[in-house]
Amino acid sequence: MELLQSIFIMPFIEIFESPYFFLEVLIGGLMSGVMYSLVALGFVLIFKASGVFNFSQGVMVLFAALNFAGLIDYGLPIWLAGIITIIIMIALAFVIERVVLRPLVNQEHIILFMATIGIAYFLEGFGEMIWGGGIRPLNVGIPDDVWFFGDTMIQQSEVFAAVIAAFLVIVLVLFFRYTRTGLALRAVADDHQAALSIGVPLNHIWIVVWSVAGFVALVAGIMWGSKLGVQFSLSILALKALPVLILGGFTSIPGAIIGGLIIGAGEKIAEVYWGSVFGGAIEEWFAYILALAFLFFRPQGLFGEKIIERV
Amino acid sequence: MIYREAGQFKTSYAKDQALFSIPMDKNFVLSIIALAIFIVPLLANEYWLGSILIPVLILSIAAIGLNILTGYAGQLSLGSGAFMAAGAYMAYKVATNLTFLPVPIAILAGGLSAAFAGIVFGIPSLRIKGFYLAVATLASQFFLIWLFTHVDWFVNYSISGVPSIADYKLFVDFGPLVTGAKASVEARYLFVLGFAILLALAARNMARGNIGRSWMAIRDMDIAAEIMGIRPLKAKLSAFAISSFYCGIAGALWAFCYINNVEQGAYDINRSFQILFMVIIGGLGSILGSFLGAAFIFLLPLFLSNFLPVIFDIIGDIFGYRPSIDIISHIELMIFGGLIIFFLIVEPHGLARLWQIGKEKLRRWPFPY
Repeated sequence: MELLQSIFIMPFIEIFESPYFFLEVLIGGLMSGVMYSLVALGFVLIFKASGVFNFSQGVMVLFAALNFAGLIDYGLPIWLAGIITIIIMIALAFVIERVVLRPLVNQEHIILFMATIGIAYFLEGFGEMIWGGGIRPLNVGIPDDVWFFGDTMIQQSEVFAAVIAAFLVIVLVLFFRYTRTGLALRAVADDHQAALSIGVPLNHIWIVVWSVAGFVALVAGIMWGSKLGVQFSLSILALKALPVLILGGFTSIPGAIIGGLIIGAGEKIAEVYWGSVFGGAIEEWFAYILALAFLFFRPQGLFGEKIIERV
Repeated sequence: MIYREAGQFKTSYAKDQALFSIPMDKNFVLSIIALAIFIVPLLANEYWLGSILIPVLILSIAAIGLNILTGYAGQLSLGSGAFMAAGAYMAYKVATNLTFLPVPIAILAGGLSAAFAGIVFGIPSLRIKGFYLAVATLASQFFLIWLFTHVDWFVNYSISGVPSIADYKLFVDFGPLVTGAKASVEARYLFVLGFAILLALAARNMARGNIGRSWMAIRDMDIAAEIMGIRPLKAKLSAFAISSFYCGIAGALWAFCYINNVEQGAYDINRSFQILFMVIIGGLGSILGSFLGAAFIFLLPLFLSNFLPVIFDIIGDIFGYRPSIDIISHIELMIFGGLIIFFLIVEPHGLARLWQIGKEKLRRWPFPY
């Protein structure tokens, strides 16, 4: 009885008693959800264009952030480090397309999935071999002050992340919508074979899309890196982004954002108000259970393409 | 023509449907089993038995389990580590609280509870499939591990949270010690081997029977299978249950016969990936492949960590540069990832496929084709 009360009644009383605090938790959750979305975006881009479930996205975030932070530590200005890192990520896309994707073309999805786990191991070893395994603080001038709205406290860095994410999504949407490459990308995402048959060079498209995913990884890496420091645990972000992905749908860019917001807010609220009832640390699995609950009603995620199956 | 199917006539359906219908296969498997039971414990030293063969056999059981789910029934799962944990914790609970039960029963009970967990977390598979399902199975991974670390009941309120396994005899009061630190390594090896043989044969049997065929029909196309009259509910959930049963037993054996304590770190997400690698590298839908894959994936890092320092010593002598241990461990990771990709490219159907190619060669020998 006491348990039921602490699950179904007490948290709501708490919410009503201090709505400002609830607002703070909610906004904090939404903002950290945006950070998850940044990682999930990379997954979506690659899955959309090549049907590859790229497990190495999390490690790509780490790898990009390691390069960026490492170059800055060498004394390079931020913009130069950014450009060099982007070039590195594009080179990486070339190598992955050449060495991994092309030989594995037409293999089953699960084989490609395992190959991306192989890439993840490789990149993790490679990045840490070059730049070392320690924690690197990253400071690129993201404001870390707080704002107050009434009694609600908002981290400026989180607002900054949200703005960046919004900007990124707009750029991506424009890119997909109004450029030639974007058109080709959409064609490939729609139907590989049809795209091939009208002369879309599939290999180039893969390189482009992995490069774009590398760029998104860099942005996510910078945001997360300035929050937590650039360290190995950044690669575990992939696991945080996965529920966002299934919630929003594997193939939808807005889905990644909305999924991230739902997961982020749900997770924070659950941890703050219900965490103590369950003995804490429910953040580890809550996102997954929440995503599962959504999947029961929409098996393809909120914004995923409707799955039509024929025998 | 060392190996051939031709000219081996059968006179009854029973013979035709036998587990190994070709005498050569049968004799081969029997001799391998005999070798593993009688010769290996005599020849192998303590390190090989205790630190290599036991974990490889246990992981093979888990790999067979995942192979049933992914290879035969086509449901991708990333939660095998959690089901291993379910087996380990419940086997520990049964072994410590129901002390009148012999330890094999406790381990089976662990397997059964894992099967139950598997059914619960397999329910989403009725609605979702493919990578959506794979990510959904991660829910079991995180939830179960969280459950076992946060609810003290599972570890009998032990303060450290990592209870060690007592020394159990095979049948409560008599028989040799088979678990715990005091048990001889041979006894533990044979105990694990017994489970591995029985479960492998059972898996092989299921795969060729009614249930295995319904799994394969679901794997190949679930809508078509449903129209043909196979119940997806029954087929999918039974695959989840049996797969988790195998994983649960593997997890219990891992705790009881290998690391001698119940530690959640042994069943984390990396374990799930490791087992998935074993299944893929070994070959989807192959029992033999599960053994080969388990051995390969378990031994490769061991080999690298023993072999690389030697190589770097030689290089160091020539060039006067010695990388630190840190760097070597990073290089190990790189080579491991690289080799995985290499194997997937060279033989996407896994080691079992190589075995088949070998058989083909023997069939034609001494002719090239």
